Amino acid sequence: MGNAIEVDAVSKKFRLSNDRTNSLKERAIRIGRRSPRTDFWALRDIAFDVPQGSTIGLLGHNGSGKSTLLKLIGGILRPTSGEIRRTGRLASLLELGAGFHPDLTGRENIYLNASILGLSKRDVDLRFDDIVAFAELEKFIDQQVKHYSSGMYVRLGFSVATNVDPEILLIDEVLAVGDENFQRKCLDRIKQFQRSGVTIAFVTHSPDLVRQICDMAVVLDEGRQVIHTEPKLAVRAFREHLLERAGLIADQADPDRPHGEVVRITGVTIEYPEAGRPYVRNGEPVTIRVAYDAKERVEDAVLAFALHANDGHVVFGQNSWGLGKRLVLDGSGEVAFKMEAVRLLEGTYPLTINVHPRLGGEMWDSREQEEHLDVLNEEGNFAWGVADVPVTLVSDAAREAHEVDRR
Amino acid sequence: MTAMGDGEMAGRYCSSVVTAAAAPTNVIAPRRSVYRHMVELWSYRELLGNLIRKELKVKYKKSSLGFLWSLLNPAMYIVVFTIVFQVVLKANVPYFPIFLLSGLLAWTLFATSLGGATGSITGNHTLVNKVYFPREILPLAAVGANCVHFVLQGIVLIGAIALSPVDFDLRWLWLVIPTMLVLLIFASALAIFLSAVNVYARDTQHILELALLAWQWLTPMIYAWRLPADKLKEHGITTSLLLLNPMVTIVVTMQRALYGQHLQDGKQMLPTGGQWWYLRNLGITGAGAVILFILAMRLFSRLEGNFAEEL
Repeated sequence: MGNAIEVDAVSKKFRLSNDRTNSLKERAIRIGRRSPRTDFWALRDIAFDVPQGSTIGLLGHNGSGKSTLLKLIGGILRPTSGEIRRTGRLASLLELGAGFHPDLTGRENIYLNASILGLSKRDVDLRFDDIVAFAELEKFIDQQVKHYSSGMYVRLGFSVATNVDPEILLIDEVLAVGDENFQRKCLDRIKQFQRSGVTIAFVTHSPDLVRQICDMAVVLDEGRQVIHTEPKLAVRAFREHLLERAGLIADQADPDRPHGEVVRITGVTIEYPEAGRPYVRNGEPVTIRVAYDAKERVEDAVLAFALHANDGHVVFGQNSWGLGKRLVLDGSGEVAFKMEAVRLLEGTYPLTINVHPRLGGEMWDSREQEEHLDVLNEEGNFAWGVADVPVTLVSDAAREAHEVDRR
Repeated sequence: MTAMGDGEMAGRYCSSVVTAAAAPTNVIAPRRSVYRHMVELWSYRELLGNLIRKELKVKYKKSSLGFLWSLLNPAMYIVVFTIVFQVVLKANVPYFPIFLLSGLLAWTLFATSLGGATGSITGNHTLVNKVYFPREILPLAAVGANCVHFVLQGIVLIGAIALSPVDFDLRWLWLVIPTMLVLLIFASALAIFLSAVNVYARDTQHILELALLAWQWLTPMIYAWRLPADKLKEHGITTSLLLLNPMVTIVVTMQRALYGQHLQDGKQMLPTGGQWWYLRNLGITGAGAVILFILAMRLFSRLEGNFAEEL
């Protein structure tokens, strides 16, 4: 099987300027003067291939160039040097419903949008009912789109984009929008595409999603390709990169943080079991150290921490009062929460720390999701989800699987 | 997902494999040739049709008279200019409405196309930022939509010809076709050029308005060719100078084909040359338009690589 996408030494330079010279007058004034623009390399020497039928994740934090790369693959931007070769009909979910005209009806917009995506009228005729049914808009299809709710708009956009029988599908964090139900529907649709051999490239900053649906991943940082490898290793590289970066940023404390007049949280450190290894494996111990500074003596402070899942839900929370302790804080000091065993599966768990009086009424200080607890699965742990529950299988039908086959 | 759902997808996959075999490889490189651009434009011709339809639909969606409005515009021109030039200024042009419309409709097609095309990329920035398709389609759709208006307005002209006792010379009518072809190439070239430039310098729109105003009065459609030509002859200058304005060739040929040679104050209103004279001029203008079109495409493909970041 050939490659659906070949990215060959691609670089992209943007020209940044403080204020844009979009009028001739300004241009005329600036003639002969040095241009105030500065060059900014959004991408440098990116190179990787995506075989037909595989799914590649472009992983990176904001500003790493991953969306620019997706736009280059989609042909929306042209590279400054290098080239991209792409084989197969393309559909992109860069923005759902881009190109809908508010004054046209849903029906008219389906035909228009599909032809922008390269479909002929006959193609659309065949798929029309499917598109409408998937979007659940049967009753509204002959109404002007401007009367649609934003949810209806997104549903129709997704439905058109995914019903064009793409051979290559580009997805730009669209899975982050919409309600949970719709997200699940999108994810189902993507898995369907994978099964039917569609090549998918998608951009995300969620390592979990990469692990869930990718065959390969590219990690980008400041426009450079950090690594191009299998999802697990890519996620690890991404984490380690992110942590290095977080170490640099942590020094610049946020001056706008609220509260802190009575008791302030001055620092949070996560103590992983091994020095120089910034993650914990399932079942290993971790200590969360919270440094505080009490401006006045308080007799019954409560210090709480919570670990969140990616969607913000609390996976686990505990506080000093729940642990049977009353905290008497005066001046600066430290509280350590020692978790004997982290019974969580692989993932990044944002950490929230709060300090407040036992009887409530006010929040002295809160540090929301500034730190992350990173968990990596033990070799050979193939469980999924959040909680790590040891399971054994007992059956006469069971035979030992070979390690090699399981991979 | 149910097993049935999967089966359905598998069926679809088969059909898409067939198209995959035919699917060419797209190369996204810093530059690309005009030829590749043209090939791609052709493969997107259906989108062009849809965008033209969209522009027309959106324009007439909420109006009760709909397309009738495009007929009222030239009708209004006839009334106003007839009063001003024939009644007040006594210009003595025989069958003035036909003379006026035969040149003016071509000019209107040209001017409104450029006006619509100039803002076509900036106005569709959400589309340009999010979806790939050959961007030249947007200015070309503006030209296309105005072609439809032109055809509709042509009905008014045909009506005027049918109603008036003018002797209509059918032997010249065929010239309309090459004239329109040259006009469309010329208008498309400028449309593509202006739409790209406008992304980088937004005052293009305003400059265009002024330029079109001057250009319209420099082109003989409200007065006859005879007027400036006689002035030049008085000073011993060749009348070919007038033909440097490509729109003069186009408008005058349209007038010759649809209105014919008539006398104003005892003098012939249009150039006296034969069909070959007109065709030769069209050929020269057409060749210039084709070169301009290629240059516009080249400039466009240089500039379009950064549209998404400029918008």
